[in-house]
Amino acid sequence: MTTSSEDVLLQVGQVRYKKGDGTLYVMNERLAWMMDHRDTVSVSHRYTDIKTQKISPEGKPKIQLQVCLHDGSSSTFHFVNRLGQGAQVKDRDDVKELLQQLLQKFKCEINKELEEKNRLLSENPSLLQLYRDLVMTHVISSEEFWSQHALQYMQKHQSQKQDIGVSGAFLADIKPQTDGCNGLKYNLTADIIECIFKTYPAVRKKHLEYVPHKLTESEFWTKFFQSHYFHRDRINAGNKDLFTECAKLDDQELKKDISAGIEDPLVDITSFEDKTLDEGYGTGGDRSCGIQSGNIVHQNMIKRFNQHSIMVLKACQQNTLCHSGSERLEQSGVPEKQASQSNESSPGCSDHLHTAKKLRIQEKLVYDDLESDSKMQHQGTELSLSRVERYLHGPMPGSCEDVLSEDDMHAVTTRLQREAESWCSVSRPQPTALVNPAAAVSALGELTPGGALMKGFEEESLAQLVPADLERELKNLYMSLCELLRHFWTSFPPTTPTLEAKAVRMHEALHRFHSARLKPFEDRVLREFSPLSQHLTSHLNQMLNSAYRKFATWQQRKMQALR
Amino acid sequence: MKLSVDGLLVYFPYDYIYPEQYAYMLELKKGLDAKGHCLLEMPSGTGKTVSLLSLIVAYMIANPLSVTKLIYCSRTVPEIEKVLEELKKLMTYYEKERGQAPKMVGLVLSSRKNMCIHPQVSKERDGKIVDGRCHSLTASYVRERHNYDDSIPICSFYEGFDIEGREVQLEPGVYSLDDLKEYGQERNWCPYFLARYTILHANIVVYSYHYLLDPKIADVVSKELSRSSVVVFDEAHNIDNVCIDSMSVKINRRIIDRSTANIQLLEQTVNEMKEDDAKKLKEEYQRLVEGLRDASVARETDVVLSNPVLPDEVLKEAVPGSIRTAEHFVGFLKRFVEYLKTRLRVQHVVLESPASFLKDVYQKVCIERKPLRFCHERLASLLRTLEIADLTDFSPLILITHLATLVSTYTKGFTIIVEPFDDKTPTVSNPILHFSCLDSSIAIKPVFDRFQTVVITSGTLSPLDMYPKILDFHPVIMSSFTMTLARPCLLPMIVSKGNDQVAISSRFETREDVAVVRNYGQLLVEIATIVPDGVVCFFTSYLYLESVVASWYDQGVVDSLQRNKLLFIETQDAAETSLALLNYIRACESGRGAVLLSVARGKVSEGVDFDHHLGRAVLMFGIPYVYTQSRILRARLEYLRDQFQIRENDFLTFDAMRHAAQCVGRAIRGKTDYGIMIFADKRFSRADKRNKLPKWIQEHLKDSLCNLSTEEAVQISKRWLRQMAQPFSREDQLGVSLLTLEQLHSEEMQRKQQNTADQKL
Repeated sequence: MTTSSEDVLLQVGQVRYKKGDGTLYVMNERLAWMMDHRDTVSVSHRYTDIKTQKISPEGKPKIQLQVCLHDGSSSTFHFVNRLGQGAQVKDRDDVKELLQQLLQKFKCEINKELEEKNRLLSENPSLLQLYRDLVMTHVISSEEFWSQHALQYMQKHQSQKQDIGVSGAFLADIKPQTDGCNGLKYNLTADIIECIFKTYPAVRKKHLEYVPHKLTESEFWTKFFQSHYFHRDRINAGNKDLFTECAKLDDQELKKDISAGIEDPLVDITSFEDKTLDEGYGTGGDRSCGIQSGNIVHQNMIKRFNQHSIMVLKACQQNTLCHSGSERLEQSGVPEKQASQSNESSPGCSDHLHTAKKLRIQEKLVYDDLESDSKMQHQGTELSLSRVERYLHGPMPGSCEDVLSEDDMHAVTTRLQREAESWCSVSRPQPTALVNPAAAVSALGELTPGGALMKGFEEESLAQLVPADLERELKNLYMSLCELLRHFWTSFPPTTPTLEAKAVRMHEALHRFHSARLKPFEDRVLREFSPLSQHLTSHLNQMLNSAYRKFATWQQRKMQALR
Repeated sequence: MKLSVDGLLVYFPYDYIYPEQYAYMLELKKGLDAKGHCLLEMPSGTGKTVSLLSLIVAYMIANPLSVTKLIYCSRTVPEIEKVLEELKKLMTYYEKERGQAPKMVGLVLSSRKNMCIHPQVSKERDGKIVDGRCHSLTASYVRERHNYDDSIPICSFYEGFDIEGREVQLEPGVYSLDDLKEYGQERNWCPYFLARYTILHANIVVYSYHYLLDPKIADVVSKELSRSSVVVFDEAHNIDNVCIDSMSVKINRRIIDRSTANIQLLEQTVNEMKEDDAKKLKEEYQRLVEGLRDASVARETDVVLSNPVLPDEVLKEAVPGSIRTAEHFVGFLKRFVEYLKTRLRVQHVVLESPASFLKDVYQKVCIERKPLRFCHERLASLLRTLEIADLTDFSPLILITHLATLVSTYTKGFTIIVEPFDDKTPTVSNPILHFSCLDSSIAIKPVFDRFQTVVITSGTLSPLDMYPKILDFHPVIMSSFTMTLARPCLLPMIVSKGNDQVAISSRFETREDVAVVRNYGQLLVEIATIVPDGVVCFFTSYLYLESVVASWYDQGVVDSLQRNKLLFIETQDAAETSLALLNYIRACESGRGAVLLSVARGKVSEGVDFDHHLGRAVLMFGIPYVYTQSRILRARLEYLRDQFQIRENDFLTFDAMRHAAQCVGRAIRGKTDYGIMIFADKRFSRADKRNKLPKWIQEHLKDSLCNLSTEEAVQISKRWLRQMAQPFSREDQLGVSLLTLEQLHSEEMQRKQQNTADQKL
């Protein structure tokens, strides 16, 4: 039963289970025990099924390990190493240690899954109802429910996941509060942390490096707020802290952007001047003086504001890029295109740059309001032809075989004419003989409740008779049944073995639903609301019966085919 | 549309036209007819460029003899490229309407940095290095040497151009930078030299101001352009500063040190050459005896662009004997540099005229005026003889000779100021010798003299009468146009006090006041809260910006700003600012909105447009006065007062207001655009400031908008923004601020009277 892919992490011989000696295997995903001289595994527990493990207390003569399962049962292994108690204890402890690690790992996974399912159920009331109706009544198993019926919810959840944007002021929003005893308190939310990470990837890297191996989460953030990286308006005294490197990384990033150059010619200030005034020419040129006299602290701060805004913007744009990227991944070539954009030296790219530049300039030039309307429309949508020659020449005689002959044409037109005439005669026999408005209004009046023509009609509709709770219950029934039926019908025609199996399964589920849910409901309705009796559930039954019939005919055919 | 402007058939590449564009063309036509200079102010974003181009091109077609060439000068590279695109559009329209484009060649000339296609040289980012490397590959003696030694590298593109390029004329069409480069790549010709050669016969030339205004360059590039040209200076509100900058020199200790090293190198090379190849030096001597005539015939590639003013007389005379031999000249330079060194050693500020400087030079080191005038040309000749290819290394020495030539040529309109230290750091010795031009008319005078029509135009030239004074010319047409609007798409406001009624002002006494800074901050925060997309702020100076941002940070203003929008700030580093700007645009485009803090007179305020959503509100914090304590400025003010009877205060206010208007005008482009303009300073509401704003802003600056508190301004803005956000269709505009051809003709006479601005001549 053990598949070859499952690695054996630990193998301990001489373990007794239920009076039989055997070997205990600790594997990747489960714990197994095999009797000596047999080749089948007699005990096998998946880690996901194991709730906890227990060991016999110190000093007990028997060295045992017990695993308790989620369903309440348990298995006890007795370590009987012939080398003595010390070896037995060692064996047991080895297993225990390993098991502990593994269980921890799997528990996380289970928890995550459970949490996820829980959340889904709490977020979707209809799904919860379905779960109640189908799983709790054992119409279908829980696994089946999650894998089949809740699938769309889980998928939808994935696609709907939307990243929150980054506010420009998220750092400003972290207001320090004095805690009364000479300290500061910063309130951080998960959102803000996410913002910081998104905007400053360097900090995220640091965080991954340091937390939780070297610092705790809170220590990390304390350091962050203390650092000069956060308070960059202070003079950097050159002291080394955790984030000095981050600042350097950020600066490098910015430098890279600057050196990459700016494509938009209207923005690139560096290339505005068409003449390079040599150093020493001109009167103004307080450039050198300005830098000297400027306040370095202020300049740093200004730089930091710019950097912050740029990075916030970048963070947001990365998100959109990722999103659109994942959508377009099927169309290959998108990443290549992006790569070529960053690579300026390639000749094709410079062409692209030129046209982009030209477009940009033209865009700035055109006065929309001076341009005439017709021109603008032409610019807006262009006729795109897949085959231009067809458009230019039209259908050429002889170009295709099914050209109609003259007679055919004539026949078609006459037929069309006759057809059209008949439309007229059908829809309005005599156009003049329309009902006059007054008569129409009175007829409408007769047809409304209370009118002469409505006399035989039952006043009370079902809707008025059925109380609200019953209605809700009926609605739930409908929902569950429809869900089941949907899956039932999707398995038809059962062309593959899996579909066949599904059809059988769903058929059983329908039966179970019928007996477990529908029958009791009908009984109750019969008991409490006798006048309604079969009215309410007749449609449900009808749907069920048609499904049964379908299944029966299919089974029959299958039998015949087998014969 | 095809329209008739005063009898001239003008092809206008749009189907509709703004009334002021028509009026503008009318005025321009008058100016061209009169063959005189014009000064025209038209609001930014009303299609100045396209009006100018369509009219002048039409005029050139109609009168091919009277106007042969259009020289269009703009300030920045993007502006230049925009002009070319407009021109292309116009030519396409001609082609569509008439079946063929006019036989005109339009092209751009830019620095080597922007035009080089040499695989290695073009990779360089620094313009100076590109120039230097180009020179080292194309100088005549380098090419000569290549003839007998193949290992010496030359530029294949230049060679290609040299062999065939001069025979072939460029086909009619419009050539932008990229087009020229492509053309060059195809034929293996150097686009730079092709363009330099072609501008002589091209019909339309688009280039930077410097190619015409900077004598160092103009002499090389634009010398042979014909008189019957029309010169247009677009975005010309700053033209006087460009003129002054191109004629001024400043020398600090670093330059002196480096030029001393240059001289040593020269000396060494001269000595070596004397041993190896004395003949060459003798030849040079002979040449110099004959005069500098051949200097002007020198191969074009030998002339590096940074060439000082060369007065005509110099070329006609022989080089004085005292500096004719190479050794003597090197010694001469050594003495001059030593002299400058002693001048820099002063402990107090010295202010003197060129004349007294010359006298002092004569007394101290026995250098006369005449050889000084030849200094630059002599050095160039020497460098040629010594076959020093890369001139960038010698730039300090060239600068010194430039100073020598200038100081001995011009005695009027210049001043010499020696400052031993910076005013802010009086303890640190950092001596600088400024040789400063005070008279902006000196550099532009040849342009006015040489060309029959010079058009000076911009969105902000008010008050118009200042420019003829400071540039010393007599325009035949001088007009300011307003903007006809179907809806009030600009909202100028003067905010004079904060919510706490404390007056806000960037006056020196109060600018650091906490209350003022806080009120500025509050104003910005409130505006940022109500205005969608982009908000741009301008400060009076970079230092002020820094200190305000610092106190805003302490006051928490920055935090509340960041809650609404992302914050970007102009820095002194251009590359960093570009990046911030790029991201600012991204933020506006992604809908996040952003605030940009910038500086008046900075690069952003001069060259970047914040049209549409990029600038829904512009705030001007304070009046952007120039730094008045500067000695250069004070000398200039004095000069203006003495020479042109312009009062100091008038000039300062004029200068400040044109920059303020320039900043604020960045936000409006076209009549579909809209933007708030806030002047946040109490002093703006005074008549002398208000009246100096351009007419198109003044018109909308009603009295009720002149003395607002922050709250009031916010209320008004809110209401106005709601109104502006309503759909705005062509029908709303048509007939009022937008005309069809029929409307133009039917109401022509009436419109003309309404729209033409007050003629001040």
